[in-house]
This record gives sequence, C-alpha cells and structure tokens, in this order.
Amino acid sequence: MTERWRRGVFLAGAAVLAAFILWGLAGLPGFGRYPGPYGDIINRIAVAQTNATGVVSAVNFEYRGFDTMGEEFILFAAAAGVATVLRHLRGEDKVSTRQEALDRVAPPASDALRVVALAFTGPAIVLGWWLATHAQTSPSGGFQGGVLLTTAFVLVYLAGQVLLFRRASPEDLTDIAEAVGAGGFAAVGVTALFLGLPFLSNYLPLGAVAGAVSSSGTIALISFLVGIEVGAAFLLIIGELMDQALLVREGR
Amino acid sequence: MSFLPFAVVAWVLIAGLYGIVTSRHLVHQIVCLIVVQSSTYVLLLAVGYRTGAVAPYFSDVPVHTPAVDPVVQALALTDVVVEAAVTALLLAFAVQAHKRFGTLDPHELVQIKG
Repeated sequence: MTERWRRGVFLAGAAVLAAFILWGLAGLPGFGRYPGPYGDIINRIAVAQTNATGVVSAVNFEYRGFDTMGEEFILFAAAAGVATVLRHLRGEDKVSTRQEALDRVAPPASDALRVVALAFTGPAIVLGWWLATHAQTSPSGGFQGGVLLTTAFVLVYLAGQVLLFRRASPEDLTDIAEAVGAGGFAAVGVTALFLGLPFLSNYLPLGAVAGAVSSSGTIALISFLVGIEVGAAFLLIIGELMDQALLVREGR
Repeated sequence: MSFLPFAVVAWVLIAGLYGIVTSRHLVHQIVCLIVVQSSTYVLLLAVGYRTGAVAPYFSDVPVHTPAVDPVVQALALTDVVVEAAVTALLLAFAVQAHKRFGTLDPHELVQIKG
C-alpha cells in the first residue's frame, strides 16, 4: 500500500471514529457537572471508614485495592519483560564502547551538572520516601514516591557516576526489593484471608486520629510496599537500558 | 465552552492515531502511542470534574465539602506509572529490532519480514 493510500484510508476511518467519539461524548453530562453518585458516596464515607483523609489513596489501596494489585503486577510483568527482551543474546559481548575507540575519550559530566544533580539527590530521596509513606494524608502514595526514589539514583548517574549508580543499585538487591514490593501487596491481601476476612480487608488498627501518619491501617502499608515495588521496577528497567549502551554486537 | 475538554480528548486521540499510522520511526511511533493513551487521562479527569469543588482530600476541609470524583483520579494515577513501564518494554523491543535488523523504520521492518 502506498503512503498516500495509507493516509487516505486512515483519514476516512478516523473521520468515522471521531464522529462516533464526539457523539458519545456529547451524551455525557457537561464539563464540571459531575453527577455522582459513586464519587460522592466514597467522599462521604471514606474518612470515617478508613481514617485516611486522602480519599484517592483510600480508593486505590482499599476500595479498588484488588484492581490496583492487578495494575501493580502489570508493572512487575513489564519490568520482567524488559529484562527478558534485553537479556544478553548469543553473539553479544559486554564490551565497553571505550575499548572500541581508545583514541576517543568521553567528555566528563560538567561541574554545573554534577553540582545540580548531586544537590537534588538528597531531597529526591527524602521527598520520595515521604510520598511513599504518607498516602493516607496527602496527594501522594507509593506510585509517585517510587518513581521519585528512582529519580534520586538517576541523578547520581547523570552526575557521571555510572559505577556509583551500579554500586548503589546492585541487581540482586533491586530484584529482591521488587519481589518484596509486589509479593508484599499480595501477602497483605492473603493475610486477611487467614484472619477469616475477605481478601485485602483492612485488618490493621486504623489509628485514633484521621489523617495521622499511623492511621488508615493497610492503606499506608500497601502504599509503602507499592513504593518499593515501583522504585525497584524502574531501577531495574533503567539499569537494563543502560547496559545496552555497553553492548556491541559481534561482527558489526 | 463546557464541551471543550471532551473535544480535546477526541483531538488528542485522533492526533496520536495519525502519528502511529504515518510514523517512519519506531521510537516516534511509541511516543504517539503515549499520546493516544494521554487522551484517556483527559477524559477521566474531565468526567469527574465539578465546577468549584475541592480536591478529594479532607485534611483541612470538612468531609461534606463538595469534592471532585476520587475514583477517576485513582484510575489516572496508577495508569500513568504503569504506562511508563509498558513504554519501557516497547522501547526494549525497539532496541532489539534495531540490533537485529539495523533499522527502526516500520515500513522497512515489514519488508524484511517478507
């Protein structure tokens, strides 16, 4: 099929698709006129039921905790997929590009970049940890916290410290952390079964004060575990992609 | 004006699809897929929005304050992270395709396959 035909067929199809989408969207209540009732019901009962003042976290790790567990395993599978797809194939040697071009020396990271990157590493760790452990009180949670924790390691890499990045995130440890995060979520759910409760029931004490750090029972625990899982998964992915820079295919 | 956010949803979706169909580079194609997916975030957040309502966090406002829908926000939140991981997987496939076939042009990749 030629380029022009391809585009023509797509535009015709897209016009029909757009018409149907717009028709469907036109049937929705207007923007800013959310009719409820589910969001309103959850907003009304979540604080009393879970002692978490962050209702989004309560929804994520409690009301639809089962779905979130599925999503977490998509993340887990994606990280495992990256590691599998990028595994060292036969005929591939781990050869540093520097050995291929001995006469060329890679320019080191500039002082400005190193200062900025290293200055932000500490705050990134603190903020990431805070996000992962405060899902119950604020717009945060393990998903964002985990990504921010990974950012701290990437900043070390950006500062030109590839070896330090590797030493700070050894593959074995990252693998274990990812497994603990993903498995821990499921373990929290299964523990409820052993206590004679439905899967993923909130069986921990909810704390006396709504919105306190110690409140919300399993919501805070699961959010923390998700933070570990997300951080480890992204470290694994970034480490794998970085390894590719060191790989050269034999005979090319 | 109240239909504008929904029009944006349709526009972002179609624009992303157009990019996927006409792209000549796998990495560009993957980015277009992210654009398509972004339309769902706009849709989710637009559906749950309520004029003048607060965010669904009741740390410093009473529980009965009108708030936007927390369910769609929770959906968008997890999806952003999962999407990033899935994108990494797709990029890994692109790396291997380039290693194996020496090209990232989808048209040429089809020809190699025969």
